Amino acid sequence: MSTLQENTVPATSRATPPAARRRLHPTAIVYLALVALLVVGSVLVGLRGEVLLDQTGILNILTRATALGLVAIGQTMVILTGSLDLSVAYLVGLTSLIAAETMAGQDGMVLPGVLLALAVAAGVGLVNGLVITVLKAHAFIATLGVALILRGYLEDNYTGPAGDVPRAFQHLGYDRIGPIPVAALLMLAVAALCWWYLKRTRPGYHMYAVGGDIEVARLSGVRTRRTIVTAHVLCSVAAGLAGIYLASRLGSGAPYVGTEAGYDLESIAAVVLGGTLLAGGRGGIAGTIGGVLILATLDTIFDALEVNPFFKDVVRGVVLVTAVALYARRMAANRAHGRLS
Amino acid sequence: MTTGTTTSVRLTGISKSFLGVPVLRGVDLQLRGGEVHAVMGENGAGKSTLLKVLAGVHRPDSGRIEVDGGEVSFAGPSDAQRAGIAIIHQEFTLLPHRSVAENVYLGREPVRRMQVDQRRMEADTRELLDWLGEDGIDPTVPVSSLSVAQRQVVEIVKALSTDARVLGMDEPTAALADHEVELLYDLVRRLRERGIAILYVSHRMREVFDLSDRITVLKDGQLVTCAPTSELTSEDLVRHMVGRDLGEYYPDRAAPDDLGPVRLALRGAGNARVRDLNLEVRAGEIVGLAGLQGSGRSAVARAVFGVEPFTRGAMEVDGAAHRVTRPRTAVRLGIALVTEDRKGDGLALRQSVRDNALLVRRAALRGARSRAKSDVSALLDKVTVVARGEHQEVRFLSGGNQQKVVLAKWLAVEPMVLLVDEPTRGIDVGAKRAVHELLRDLAKRGVAVLMISSELPELIGMSDRILVMHDGALAGELPAGASEGAVMALATGHGIGDVA
Repeated sequence: MSTLQENTVPATSRATPPAARRRLHPTAIVYLALVALLVVGSVLVGLRGEVLLDQTGILNILTRATALGLVAIGQTMVILTGSLDLSVAYLVGLTSLIAAETMAGQDGMVLPGVLLALAVAAGVGLVNGLVITVLKAHAFIATLGVALILRGYLEDNYTGPAGDVPRAFQHLGYDRIGPIPVAALLMLAVAALCWWYLKRTRPGYHMYAVGGDIEVARLSGVRTRRTIVTAHVLCSVAAGLAGIYLASRLGSGAPYVGTEAGYDLESIAAVVLGGTLLAGGRGGIAGTIGGVLILATLDTIFDALEVNPFFKDVVRGVVLVTAVALYARRMAANRAHGRLS
Repeated sequence: MTTGTTTSVRLTGISKSFLGVPVLRGVDLQLRGGEVHAVMGENGAGKSTLLKVLAGVHRPDSGRIEVDGGEVSFAGPSDAQRAGIAIIHQEFTLLPHRSVAENVYLGREPVRRMQVDQRRMEADTRELLDWLGEDGIDPTVPVSSLSVAQRQVVEIVKALSTDARVLGMDEPTAALADHEVELLYDLVRRLRERGIAILYVSHRMREVFDLSDRITVLKDGQLVTCAPTSELTSEDLVRHMVGRDLGEYYPDRAAPDDLGPVRLALRGAGNARVRDLNLEVRAGEIVGLAGLQGSGRSAVARAVFGVEPFTRGAMEVDGAAHRVTRPRTAVRLGIALVTEDRKGDGLALRQSVRDNALLVRRAALRGARSRAKSDVSALLDKVTVVARGEHQEVRFLSGGNQQKVVLAKWLAVEPMVLLVDEPTRGIDVGAKRAVHELLRDLAKRGVAVLMISSELPELIGMSDRILVMHDGALAGELPAGASEGAVMALATGHGIGDVA
């Protein structure tokens, strides 16, 4: 018998007025989470009689955030456009080598080294973009293929660090203003530039449109292929910047500096943590930087607490899954609301 | 935006073949500013192709297109756009996460000092909305916060922003709720007043009579008739469209001794959307469920099927009480639901006709019954699906054939209670009739059918009795053949009826 408990909610009182549904902007949530993490982290570290956000702590967080931030900025562009780039980690290694080997310890070769590394990066991005748009390979497969090609090249030609960065160029990696590394500021400048590009220029608008619905964009006269290719080139150039920065920090190029840090999946994690939809069309740079800072802060806290590395990964995984589940709930709630109105 | 000038477009002797199959054969059509010209015809009659020729998507094999007296030739949609012709597609072409203004100017964003000129974009959008009398829409809010009807307005504004003087609308009410249809009528009339020429493609007889000044009927790619709306009756139109007199539209109703035992009964059932439902549906009977959009019609079907289950009262299937909290339970009790959203809820669009037809059987039944598949072709014959083969993906089928596949999917498990929600929405006259006959045939075989429809003639024509809902509850019951007025009176809450 299906006589059920009395439900006292009357049939008509379901819809909540729209004003009551106004929610926090997703980016605000990311930064609130960051602040909460810093507070919790400070308390936990404080219990051991240490300070999380002292000069070293801040320096640690920002240093960790710099390379990942650069890669994630680029990843944000391709993900917003509805694509994905799995080749960034190997590209970071490759560009670090190109920069360091070209410089070969000579001050005069710094600029050519940087330019050559960026040019190669742009070329890899162009290949990614063209394979996706012209050959119509799915971005996942296309960039995985390019990643394998890069890996093959690196494994065949390098066994360890190579090249030599002149001392002058190492300043890029180590100079700082108070606790703030200069490189972190440069990373934020790149972020600001990309934010402007996405939010204020036509090609940026078109990235959101292509990621939102490629068919709608096409029917509205957007050059969808060009948009996707541009996003991939910019993504690879950003990865190239990360490679150059790491070369300056390490003093030489290192073939696996990108993959050891897992920048491919880590950058995607940061983007998603920052509130950008993996399917594209919604999100942005500001959230991504928040996501990067959260990941960097987590790492710094774990180091300060001397946590077992396996446990570290477990926590990072839980944080990521929780974040994505929360976003999915919000989306579902918004959709239900939209249907009611 | 200039007003007052009247544009005219004249198509003469337009022919178009695809792979040797003629789709349009010497069609003439004239559109004038300030006139709504409706085009009707069965699916495959060539309506969409004609619209696409006008929009520059297809190039005609022969024939002339003249705009304002000068001959033109469109190499692509952008040429048509430049000539002031824009098309509102059936599916919306808007990005939900972007703002109204961003959608209107997508691909044509004004740029100032290297940046998109957001202010100008928003001001221009606001101006167009004002011009249309739709100043309730804020150009800066995301499209996802708008209602379906408002999205259609944005779609139209997007077309107008290209300085369109001629608008083609393809089944514009297909996605709209009843009260929104009125808003669209209003909008179309305002567009007409402002000198826009409108080509209105629709299946819905009533809309065409309400809105159009002139009607063109196509059949098999040929023009059957073009006459002022005032000179046509709906019988004329149906005859022209199907090429024969349909006579009475609907199959015979059930005779009293056709009725069997009660298959589905609700006793004081309710949930957050509906309340105090008492109803019975007998074997052999088609019961119509009427009501305005939002009255809880669909919620009843969804509750019976366990999508949003009842939280109060009781539900009986074949005399035994059951608590259905999941669709799977419903299916195993012999209940089937044909949802109103065919593409969203009814079909796996990228799967084959065969896989779709077997979807429920494979999912809900166990063992040998789930593997029995030899009769798929018999099943598809029964519902008269026209496809290239069982392995064709359903997304390539017409709406009518898609709906038949949905029905086949349920017939494959031989349901005893069939809930159908808008079973003929957006399908052509021929397919409609096939669906009607199929439903009646199922009833004759002892299935209890509960049919929801917004089209009152269909509901009244098909039902053996009609239940009317208002505001989440049953407002009354009417006998077969009740008048539309009686149904509407109950549906709008003004009626007096014997509450079931």
